Amino acid sequence: MRLLFVLLPLVLVPLIANDFWLSQVITRALILGIIALSLCFLATYLGVVSFAQVTLAGVAGYAIAYFGPNTVGLGIPLPLIVTIPLALILAMLAGAMIGYVARRSRGIYAIMITLAIGVAFFYFTRQNYVLFNGFTGFSGVIPPALGDGNWGDAVPLYYLTLLVATICVVLVQGFVRSPLGLAVQAVRDAPGRLLALGIPTTLPIVAAFAFSGLIAGSGGILNVWYQERVSSFSVGIGPIIDILIIAVIGGLRHPTGAFVGAIVYVVLDIFAIDLIDRDRFNLLIGIVLLLIIIAAPNGLSQLAIDWAKKLRGGAATSRKT
Amino acid sequence: MTLFFVVTLNGLTLAALYFLAASGFSLIFGLMRTVNMAHGALLLLGGYVGWSVVDATGLWALGVLVAGLSAAFAGAMVQIGILGWMQGDELRQTLASIAISIILADLMLWIWGGTTYQVRTPDWLAGGTRIEMLGIGYATVRLYLIGFALAVGLALWLFIQKTRVGAVIRAGVDDQDMLRALGYPINKIFILVFAMGGMLAGMAGVIAGSALSIAPGTDLQFLLSSLVVVIVGGMGSVGGAALGALLIGLAEQYGLAYAPTYAAVVTFVIMVFVLAVRPQGLLGRAEV
Repeated sequence: MRLLFVLLPLVLVPLIANDFWLSQVITRALILGIIALSLCFLATYLGVVSFAQVTLAGVAGYAIAYFGPNTVGLGIPLPLIVTIPLALILAMLAGAMIGYVARRSRGIYAIMITLAIGVAFFYFTRQNYVLFNGFTGFSGVIPPALGDGNWGDAVPLYYLTLLVATICVVLVQGFVRSPLGLAVQAVRDAPGRLLALGIPTTLPIVAAFAFSGLIAGSGGILNVWYQERVSSFSVGIGPIIDILIIAVIGGLRHPTGAFVGAIVYVVLDIFAIDLIDRDRFNLLIGIVLLLIIIAAPNGLSQLAIDWAKKLRGGAATSRKT
Repeated sequence: MTLFFVVTLNGLTLAALYFLAASGFSLIFGLMRTVNMAHGALLLLGGYVGWSVVDATGLWALGVLVAGLSAAFAGAMVQIGILGWMQGDELRQTLASIAISIILADLMLWIWGGTTYQVRTPDWLAGGTRIEMLGIGYATVRLYLIGFALAVGLALWLFIQKTRVGAVIRAGVDDQDMLRALGYPINKIFILVFAMGGMLAGMAGVIAGSALSIAPGTDLQFLLSSLVVVIVGGMGSVGGAALGALLIGLAEQYGLAYAPTYAAVVTFVIMVFVLAVRPQGLLGRAEV
């Protein structure tokens, strides 16, 4: 019900927003939000902050580029109906592998390991020319055709992204209520007790990472269609940190906060030029990040919830008197 | 065979640098459970400060000293100003140190620009040295670097194992609450260790700038290598950092020389293998 409340205005956005706002701000924020959602999902329900979500998005993105149309003359073109599931399955497999490697690590150890995996993948894509076309990567990755244009045009891509984002949110909500999802939360809360009950913890961890791969992969596919290219820079330390910043700003403990963080990030990115020098964007975002960590460690979503509670509490007390 | 020797020496050079960077990182982590993601930024800061000092005065040793001290000061400031009062909340500290490293990296880009710097080395370090035994010539500065890393490692080991302050730090690694209960000023010890880690990183920065070069991005390169080194070697142990650095440095160079396409993966495979066999690292102690 609450989802419908948020969705209705979003469906009407193309009626009022011009192409710049639609594609540079809202669509971009939604795509980043989907990738960040996969991180928030892991952080909230498995209690693991993974730095490898951009890598998972990249796996799906590279798969779309390798098995689809591109202008670098590399890869095996396959029909779209095969490519998309294949890209998602590869992202899930990559997620499962990362989960398996990091299965015994928690907290800061998991951060270090996933970060190391993410950056190792980045260097790998730079050095490997057979699959990833090295430094330059793939360009001219044209989205599937749609009428006269293609799915990459502003309005169709917006609706496609909105649809995928909605599906991802619904999937996350469904997953955490499923038996497997409950097992994942049990691993977060008391891995020792779970083991004592005879439930192995590896399967829930691997499943949670694979599921996050599905979400990150969906975002990765959209990202490739949005940018029409994918290269080592798409999976580098920059995007890794960006997704983390988005998740932290939105709130690591609130899956849907990812979208709040993404919109704040994108708006800052675009309008930083008016606030300070364009070259100093990193300084601005670093300071914003630090302030949020200091003042609101659970992100803007928690801040909003707290304020709402306070307002409601204030209203309740005033009614009493 | 010549290639093999040169690659081995390159690997040792890299290992020496990795050790200098990772030892401070590992020490901070071992004592405070803080993953200092700003460690690479401190290293780059040291490198830039060292370059500026050497450029202005021509004294290389002064550059190393000033760089070490400024990075130590910056490290202490980070602990006093921000990380200190998030003590115990490790995730928050990690995220805060990431924010600090983003800010520092951008400030450094602002001040020193995006160019690549190489620290001018004094005459006794410049040029090459012929190693008769192996029949090859090698850059003198890199040979000294290997020696310097050995000396630092030994000094660090002596400091931690044989001095009173070292004993307090080791006690802090084992049981922080007990140390606090015994009346030791644990917050001051934290700041001291952070400054030490910063100093090691800062000196490593100048040395990296002399033996190789420094540029924006060097910070992340060394942060990542420090991460991998301590994951492989084990957290909080100087010996672990040395062993991890040796393994990763050599593996990277052999990988680059003999299997260039897969060099990045070699490091990764070592890490995954160690995690599978000994999650706490080769010389690390298991978490209680």
